[in-house]
Amino acid sequence: MMQPGLYQILFISTALFFIGVYGFFTRRNLITMLMSVELILNSVNLNFIAFNKYLWPEKLDGLFFTIFIIAIAAAEAAVAIAIIINLYRSHHSIDVEQAEEMKY
Amino acid sequence: MQGSTIIFYLLAVLTLGSGLLAVITRQIFRAAIFLLFSLIGIAGLYFWMQYEFIAAVQIVIYVGGITVLIIFSIFLTQQAGEKLSKPIMGRQLFSALAAFCGFALVMLQLVKHNFNASIENPLPPTVNNIGTQMLGVDEGGYSLPFEVVSILLLAALIGCIVIALKAKPETT
Repeated sequence: MMQPGLYQILFISTALFFIGVYGFFTRRNLITMLMSVELILNSVNLNFIAFNKYLWPEKLDGLFFTIFIIAIAAAEAAVAIAIIINLYRSHHSIDVEQAEEMKY
Repeated sequence: MQGSTIIFYLLAVLTLGSGLLAVITRQIFRAAIFLLFSLIGIAGLYFWMQYEFIAAVQIVIYVGGITVLIIFSIFLTQQAGEKLSKPIMGRQLFSALAAFCGFALVMLQLVKHNFNASIENPLPPTVNNIGTQMLGVDEGGYSLPFEVVSILLLAALIGCIVIALKAKPETT
């Protein structure tokens, strides 16, 4: 088996990204779509950390990007769940097919 | 084979396997639990790369915060024991095709590309170094983005409260 290095970690993060993309395409429930977005954001974080460790170990920039992405993802999840709860209260459903008047 | 290699591949299998199960399972609560395991696997990968601080942040915020938030919102919006509707076969097929094509494209680029690592002295990602650089105001300091993110978090939290607030019935 190969010694794990940058390529193996990039393979994991790529696979996780496209798993998230697949979930985002197939799911029609807002909460599960939010979970797919979390997977995508996590794969990006893993990418930043891997590049920071293997290519530029004398800097910490990738780590700061990861911290800021985590903070913004937390804010995004909170806002999304507030919107979902409000939508459920008015429509009694969180299916995206039935939420089409959100755009008007 | 070394122990760290085995641990790496176990973490990879945990992350990818539970990530995949999280997007294909039809019970939403199980999807949340699989997402939890996937996030724990990523935190384990951070530990494996010896970025302990970021692994701790990942566990505290994602595993402890966002997943609990998602589980609570499932309880608030979903009938117990109700399965998600099965996605349409064509949509499933084309989504899998699109995801696989994107994956293949990225992997082709990745194996052809040759990365050049820098050869300077590594700066260990200790909490001391992180704190000094994050709140530094000189060259390479991150105090301005830090403040901007603080304001953004505050605005997002106030926005959540306003959005999720129950509208008061008009009293005349």
